[in-house]
Amino acid sequence: MEVIVHNYDTVIIGSGLAGLRAALETTATGSVAVLAKLYPTRCHSTAAQGGIAAALGNEEPDSPEWHFYDTVKGSDFLGDQDAIEVMCEDAVRTVVELEHMGVPFSRTPEGKIAQRRFGGHTREFGAAPVRRACYSADRTGHAIVFALYEQCMLKGVQFFSEFHVLDIVVEEGRCQGVIAMEIKTGKLHAFQAKATLVASGGYGRVFKTTSNALASTGDCLGMLFNRGLPLEDMEFFQFHPTGIYGLGILITEGARGEGGVLRNSKGERFMERYAPTIKDLAPRDMVSRAILTEIREGRGIDGRDYVYLDLTHVPRKNIEERLPEISSFCKIYLGIDPAEEPIPVLPTAHYAMGGIPTDVDGRVLRDEKGVTVEGLYAAGECACVSVHGANRLGCNSLLDTVVFGRRAGKAINKELNGLKQGSIKKELINQVFEEIDRLINSKGTEKIGKIRKQLQQKMMEHCSVFRTEEHLKMLIDELKDIKERYRDIGLKDTSGAFNTELLEAIELGHLITLSEVIAHSALRRTESRGAHYREDFPKRDDENWLKHTLAFKKSGAIEFAYKPVRITKFQPQERKY
Amino acid sequence: MKRYIFRIKRFNPETDQAPYWQNFEVKLEPMERLLDGLLRIKEEQDGSLTFRRSCAHGICGSCAMKINGRNRLACQTLIKDMPETVEIEPLEAYPVIKDLVVDMEPFFSKNEEVMPYLINNDPPPDRERLQSPDDQQRLVESITCIMCGSCTSACPVYWSDRQYLGPSALLKAFRFIFDTRDRATEERLKRIIHSHGLWRCHSIYNCVEVCPKEIDITSHIAALKRFALRNRLKP
Repeated sequence: MEVIVHNYDTVIIGSGLAGLRAALETTATGSVAVLAKLYPTRCHSTAAQGGIAAALGNEEPDSPEWHFYDTVKGSDFLGDQDAIEVMCEDAVRTVVELEHMGVPFSRTPEGKIAQRRFGGHTREFGAAPVRRACYSADRTGHAIVFALYEQCMLKGVQFFSEFHVLDIVVEEGRCQGVIAMEIKTGKLHAFQAKATLVASGGYGRVFKTTSNALASTGDCLGMLFNRGLPLEDMEFFQFHPTGIYGLGILITEGARGEGGVLRNSKGERFMERYAPTIKDLAPRDMVSRAILTEIREGRGIDGRDYVYLDLTHVPRKNIEERLPEISSFCKIYLGIDPAEEPIPVLPTAHYAMGGIPTDVDGRVLRDEKGVTVEGLYAAGECACVSVHGANRLGCNSLLDTVVFGRRAGKAINKELNGLKQGSIKKELINQVFEEIDRLINSKGTEKIGKIRKQLQQKMMEHCSVFRTEEHLKMLIDELKDIKERYRDIGLKDTSGAFNTELLEAIELGHLITLSEVIAHSALRRTESRGAHYREDFPKRDDENWLKHTLAFKKSGAIEFAYKPVRITKFQPQERKY
Repeated sequence: MKRYIFRIKRFNPETDQAPYWQNFEVKLEPMERLLDGLLRIKEEQDGSLTFRRSCAHGICGSCAMKINGRNRLACQTLIKDMPETVEIEPLEAYPVIKDLVVDMEPFFSKNEEVMPYLINNDPPPDRERLQSPDDQQRLVESITCIMCGSCTSACPVYWSDRQYLGPSALLKAFRFIFDTRDRATEERLKRIIHSHGLWRCHSIYNCVEVCPKEIDITSHIAALKRFALRNRLKP
C-alpha cells in the first residue's frame, strides 16, 4: 500500500478564517501546510454575512468593555470571562489589521469602516443597541476569507486542496500529525508535524434544517473524541432565528440591524413582548425561542410554521447596498423582492458553541484540570475557548476565528523549537487503509443517504430549540438504531479517485458520534441556559450548572466531567433585554 | 412533485474509455434546486454519481456545471425553470476528473498570475486606511466573485488559447488595480498585458451571460483596457 509522507513544522486542518489566520502567523517561523477538504475559498467561513464585531466607535461611541459585557451576558454567563476579555480587547486591532490586509469593508461617508447594529450588542451595558458590526455589505465572511487567502498566497503558504483528513494522530501523549486522503486520486498521505492545528469548522449537518454547508460535518471533532480527548459544552447549539423557510438558508441578523422586524400572523412586532429594550436585536437564542413560541401559540403566518421578517419599510437603497446577497437569495429561492414583500423565516441550526476545549492560546486541553496535549492546537468554530458560552452573539464568530487563529499561530511559533518532529507509525496508516478498504467494499443493505436523513430528522425533532428528558431519551434510543443501521451500509462506488460516497460514509460516522455527544450532554444538563432550553427545567440553575460540560469516550461509553466557569468581572445576573 | 429526467454525462477514469450519457428519473417540487435532484439521485439511486457541492446557496462556488448547455450553479438553479429533461455535463474546457468533477487547477493558476493580493508597503496607520464609499463601491462587483469557474469555461478565447488569463483572473486584476489602497498597479499591469492577457478579450460577453453572481465582467475588463491605454501600456 502506497503512502506519501510529508514533514512540516506546522500542519493546519481547515482553510476557513481560523486556519488561514493561523497560517499567516506560522509561516513566519517555519514550513506550513494547510489541508482543506474543499478548495480553500470554498470553506464555510465564506458564507458569513453580517459582520465582525469590534468597538471601533466609527459611527457612535463604543468601548471594548461594553463589548466584553455584552458577550458575557449573551453567553448566559457560561463564557469564560478571561477569554472574552482577551477577544474583545483585541477586536479593534484585529479589524484594523484585516483592513490593512485588504478586506474591502463598506465605508462611512468619511471613509472609515462602516458599522451597523447586531443582536445583543449594546452601549452602556444594555442601554440600547450599538453599531459595532464592521461589514462588507452582507458578504463579510467572503470578503475576509479572500483577503486572508490572498495574503497566504503572497506569503507562500502551501495548500493541499481537496485533502480529506482521516485521522489526527495523538500518540505517546502528543500529536504526531495527520493522515489524509488526496480526494482526486484516493491516495493516502501522512503529514508529520511538530505542531498540528485543527481549524475544521462546525457541524451543523447533524440537523435537518441548517444554514451550514454540506461539508460542515465535524469530522475532526469525531476523530479526537474517538481518541479519548474531551469535547466541551456540546449541548449548546445555536439556532439562528432567520433561516429562509423550508431551506434553512441564512438571512443575516444585519437585516434586523438595518431596521428589519419580525412579525406574526397578526402583523404584530412580537419581539417587543419578549425583549422590550432591544426588541428584534435580542440575542439569537431568545429570538429563536420567541419565534417558535409564536408559532406554537397559533400565530405563525396563516397558522403555519413560519413568521415574517419584514424589510418593506427599509429604504430600497439601503437594502441594495448593504444587503444585496440576501436580497438575491430571496429573489432566487423565494421569488420575492424583500423591499416589497416580507420574508418567510424559521430558526435554522447555525453554530456550535461547543467543541474541542482549548486555552486562550489555542492549546488543546485533555481534561477538566487544563492539562494540554503537546503539539495539538485548535481554533475557530471547532474549538471551545469558551468565548461564546451558552449562546454566541452575532459577529463574534468571525472575531473569534481571527483573534484565536492568530493567537494559536503565535503560541505555535513560540513553542515550535521545543517540539519534536512528529512521527506516524506504519501500523496506524495500515489501520486507516484497512478501514477505507472495508468501507469501499462494504456490501450491506443500508444506504448512507437514508441513514443521514433519519439522523438529521431525529436530531431536529428531539434536540433542537426546545428539549425535554422524554425527547432526549427517545433520541438516544433512535441513535442506537441509527448506529446499528450504519454498521450495515453498502457502497456502490468502489473507485479510488474522487470517491465522494466513501467520504460521505466517513462523515456520517462522525455525525452520528457528535449527535450522541450532543444528546447525552443535553440530557445531563438539567437547567435552561442560552441555546440549551429544557422545557422540564425552564430556569437557569447557577448553583448546580454554572460549569462547563466535558464529554469523554471511555471504553465505548460517554463519560462526563465538569469544570468551573472563569468569572472575572461580571457576576451572573438575570438575563433581560 | 413532478417527474424529471436528468441526463447526466458520466465518466469514471478507472473503468471508462470515454464519457457516456446516463438517464435518471427524479421527482422534485417546483421550488427545489437542481442540486437537490442530484443529491437525491446520489442518496437513493446511484451513490457513485460524483459532483462537487458544499454551501448549497451560491456562495462557495463548488457546484458550477453545464446545465442544458449553459454554465450554472446547480444550487442556484430552480427545477421549475427547467424542462422535463435536463442535460447535465461537467464544465467545458477543464480536464474531467470524474463525472461532473473537473480539474480546477488550470483555472486557479490563472488567478495566481495577476498577483491577487493587496500590496501596500507604506507604513500602516494606527487605524484603517481611509477609502471613500464611492471608491469602495467601485470594487463591489469584482469582490463578489466566488471563483466558480463558470466564466472562463464559457469563454471562446479560452477555448482556443488555454494560456489566456480568462475573465475571472482579469476581474481579480481589476479588483486590485482599482483598489485605492493598493500600490502595485504597474507591476500588476505588466502581468496582464501580454499576448495571452488583457487584449485577448474580444468582448464576447459569454462570461457575463453565465456569471451566477451577475457580475458584468466584460465591462470591468473594458475599464482595465481603457486604464491600460491611458497608461500607454500597450503590448
